[in-house]
Amino acid sequence: MPELQAREPLIFELSKPGRGAGTQFPPRVAGSAEIPAHLRRAAPPLLPEVSELQAVRHFTRLSQMNFSIDTHFYPLGSCTMKYNPKACNSFAMLPEFLGRHPLGPEPQGFMACMYELQEMLQEITGMRGVSLTPMAGAQGEFAGVAMIRAYHRARNDLGRNEIIVPQAAHGTNPATAAMCGCTVKEIPCDADGNVDIDALKAAVGPATAAIMLTNPSTLGVFEHKIVEVARIVHEAGGLLYYDGANLNAILGKVRPGDMGFDVIHINLHKTFSTPHGGGGPGSGAVGVGARLLPFLPIPVVGKEGARFRWLTERDLPQSIGRLSGFMGNAGVNLRAYIYMRLLGRDGMVRVAEFAALNANYLMKRLQAAGFEAAYPGRRASHEFIITLKRENKLYHVTAMDVAKRLLDYGFHAPTTYFPLLVPECLLIEPTETEAKEDLDRFCDAMIEIRREMATEPEKLSSAPHTMPVRRLDDVRAAKQLDLAWKPAA
Amino acid sequence: MSNIPSDLRYTKSHEWVRQAHGEAPDGAVEVGISEHAQSALGDLVFVEVPQAGRSLSAGEACAVVESVKAASDVYSPVSGKVVAGNAALATQPELVNQDPYGAGWLFKVQTNVSIDGAALMSAADYAIYLADEAK
Amino acid sequence: MAFIPHTPDDVARMLELIGVRSIDDLFDEIPGELRAGVLGVPPAMSEMEVGRLLSERAAGDGRPLNFIGAGAYEHHIPAPVWAITTRGEFYSAYTPYQAEASQGTLQLIYEYQSMICALTGMEVSNASLYDGASALAEACLMAVRANRAANSRRILLPRAVNPVYAQVAQSIAGNQDIVFETVDFDRSTGCTLLDSLQSYGGQDVTALVVQQPNFFGNLEEVDQLTDWAHQNKVLLIAVVNPTSLALLKAPGQWGTPSGGHQGADIVCGEGQPLGVPLSSGGPYFGFMATRMQYVRQMPGRIVGRTVDTEGRPGFSLTLQAREQHIRRSKATSNICTNQGLMVTAATIYMSLLGAEGLARVAAASLQRTADLVARLARVPGVKPAFSAQRFHEAVLLLDRPAAPVLAALARRGIFGGLDLAERYPELGPALLVCATETKLDVDIDAYAGALTDIMNSSRAAA
Repeated sequence: MPELQAREPLIFELSKPGRGAGTQFPPRVAGSAEIPAHLRRAAPPLLPEVSELQAVRHFTRLSQMNFSIDTHFYPLGSCTMKYNPKACNSFAMLPEFLGRHPLGPEPQGFMACMYELQEMLQEITGMRGVSLTPMAGAQGEFAGVAMIRAYHRARNDLGRNEIIVPQAAHGTNPATAAMCGCTVKEIPCDADGNVDIDALKAAVGPATAAIMLTNPSTLGVFEHKIVEVARIVHEAGGLLYYDGANLNAILGKVRPGDMGFDVIHINLHKTFSTPHGGGGPGSGAVGVGARLLPFLPIPVVGKEGARFRWLTERDLPQSIGRLSGFMGNAGVNLRAYIYMRLLGRDGMVRVAEFAALNANYLMKRLQAAGFEAAYPGRRASHEFIITLKRENKLYHVTAMDVAKRLLDYGFHAPTTYFPLLVPECLLIEPTETEAKEDLDRFCDAMIEIRREMATEPEKLSSAPHTMPVRRLDDVRAAKQLDLAWKPAA
Repeated sequence: MSNIPSDLRYTKSHEWVRQAHGEAPDGAVEVGISEHAQSALGDLVFVEVPQAGRSLSAGEACAVVESVKAASDVYSPVSGKVVAGNAALATQPELVNQDPYGAGWLFKVQTNVSIDGAALMSAADYAIYLADEAK
Repeated sequence: MAFIPHTPDDVARMLELIGVRSIDDLFDEIPGELRAGVLGVPPAMSEMEVGRLLSERAAGDGRPLNFIGAGAYEHHIPAPVWAITTRGEFYSAYTPYQAEASQGTLQLIYEYQSMICALTGMEVSNASLYDGASALAEACLMAVRANRAANSRRILLPRAVNPVYAQVAQSIAGNQDIVFETVDFDRSTGCTLLDSLQSYGGQDVTALVVQQPNFFGNLEEVDQLTDWAHQNKVLLIAVVNPTSLALLKAPGQWGTPSGGHQGADIVCGEGQPLGVPLSSGGPYFGFMATRMQYVRQMPGRIVGRTVDTEGRPGFSLTLQAREQHIRRSKATSNICTNQGLMVTAATIYMSLLGAEGLARVAAASLQRTADLVARLARVPGVKPAFSAQRFHEAVLLLDRPAAPVLAALARRGIFGGLDLAERYPELGPALLVCATETKLDVDIDAYAGALTDIMNSSRAAA
């Protein structure tokens, strides 16, 4: 059973006027510089006043109230929660990298790493150019769709405003299309989880800007008619957008560029193992084929002779522009670069191979234990879906109940209720860095939970039992909004 | 089976319409969401209604009902001008859950369209529609 | 094998259970003609080799003495900040979807939101956005949703706002037909011209952006600008430096007493000064805060305090119905994450410094910049550009192009500031310089000495 820190007061509750971490205060500087009275702050902000040890203990204890990859198996589908090598962090935090101001003269050592990262990503994805600027997958998606839009406009093809997405798409796909001023057309998937080709043929036309696809899809299966899909969309004058959320499944096995995609975003925090950090920072590099090269977001690292330099609006006048204050999440990109150098050519292919091995093994073991796979006739990619609709009917347990009960067994829950198409689903992604023993322990827990469904269903419906809190009142949270601490009156 | 009052008309997007009574000017209709819709959404945590004076066309998104798991647009079943929004919902969104056909009404629209028009369903048709949707 | 725990025996047993002969069989659904050949990437390196490579490249980049700000500021970062932030339980956790197993991250974000509200004087904060520039873009999109009195999608963006922020806002918000119009600054004070706003009075305008301190480091007359906005039913978007807020009036209090102290409507900015290293430009984080009445228009994650089934306090993500995974094409933004790890660092930083420590950092930075400007202004051919009161940045005018001067300084290991020639040609040769609490007398002397040499020798050469 997991042992997490039980409860920790708010940092504000530890605060006392007059206390402070004095060694952290800079020395006073003699002089007469002052803020004019009418622009000055009236009262100091209510920040905590605590000693250094109090702060250290408080935040250390908070950390101990979390599940993480370093402490727990974390099979969160679609999120690729693999081991984050410590070396990536250590080397990215070398003082020269850390202390470097982004607007100083172009740092050749750092830029060499970024240039090589661009080149490696280009090669792995089968694209012609890469920009590392987008700061997360969603921003990469934004960049991708904005480039597609700019491409059609540059050709004076102004009516192409429609983005086609399969029903199983991530919610970001339609949200991104809307942010780019496009409308969204959803098309269904067939019973095997493939795009419904007839529906696609009916959907494309002179308004089609692009189709956004994840392959393998969020249903955990490879879209094997991808070549036909690409042909249909291209013939209709649209482009193909590859959502790189599931790139881990095919790394080195098949390249999106070879499948016919024109643009891709890569979640470096998934496939290339940069830390998820409790929800960011990520990095969403974009790769493009020849048609979209002029539109890449800036800055991009260029090479002239032996010298690296930032390519800006002067070099790429048709660029969709800047997406960040400087050059994206540089430190995250550096971690991805280090990871790729540690893996090398063969290591990258092994990522996909062992991710697939672990997923297929886990799927078969769970099926043998009586769980129903959503697509039993298909290979798992690097993830797969279990549907609990039968268990829901028989025992009135939900996917959420199973997810919460897994926490009691010391496993982070898989993704629940996504994709929306599959009822009572668990999307399970073990990743390549988990050992067989850990997969087996997870299966054992699932088998035990399955037994509890029939014999002690209340253990599930009231789970979790061993966490710092029980299930939270989300309705109260949203109705009686308490979003910031205020001192007692 | 969900409660479907026979004196109301319904839309495919689960709004109901009623000829308003009492203080509303002539031709005003009252709009809300059906018992089925509120139950599918679950506990509402926030409701946004249109302001009086706003002009609406039939099918226009004009209100939002939000639960923990979903936020849905509400579409005006008729064209017209908003006479009133239900102010009580600002602090008591749960009224829509508790009394969807009464105190949980959303807004009133003045319209010159007859609500008996063909675009809206009768209670019996809506019941069939719900049964079909459930298949 | 790198990070793969499987023994040959494990592999054999797993393949047997799956019912295939080789791992390659698991990829048999991929059409053969699509299969990739050998990747053209280098072979693997050991950790030792990679460490050597990176150390050499880092050493080549050196550790210059930095006087550049322009949106990213060098401050002392207390040792506990990153020692705790890089703990695996923070570093390698994900978005707190399973609230019960993520109370640490959730409580921390709640504390962060509370601190941002305290600093800005606003009622609600989100869990952060990507960076300051993209936060402004999101604030502009939010203003369009929030300002129901305006239909124009027109936003006034002064030239004294960071020009890169303006570019990013254009790249992101421009796709939704938002039109940005510039407002000029006064050549002598270096502050936004209230007069050039007057022509917009009574027009349909969605929002006015005010950066305090502005891009030149000058202090804007925020009260008058705020009053003007509200008199004209225009929302006020404040872009602020969080360090400066220890001394400067909180945006929630902007406006004159006669205008009712209404305050800014949306506050955003770059969070990097709060314990995040410069690190070549990122990752940083953007913060955003607003009034309660606009909370449902605010993009990004938000954490709320609630109770569990036993009535104990706990934290969870709330107002998620606004977000992309539920609302899809009607979401407030496509953003999925916040910059969780950066927020972790910032929350620890603000806890260690408190109001007093942060005020000391701000006061020291203010004084150091005043010292730097006074010192450099004594160098022949150098003079301050503007007369307004400053925070911790200033524009200096040179009597010759800045680029060769900066290059000569860089050869001596000094980053002497940002060349404004490209962004503000009307100023003539100009530099934006910054000194924070990290710059001591000896550093300022070093800069002044080197600059004097360079100015003298290039004059001699000329």
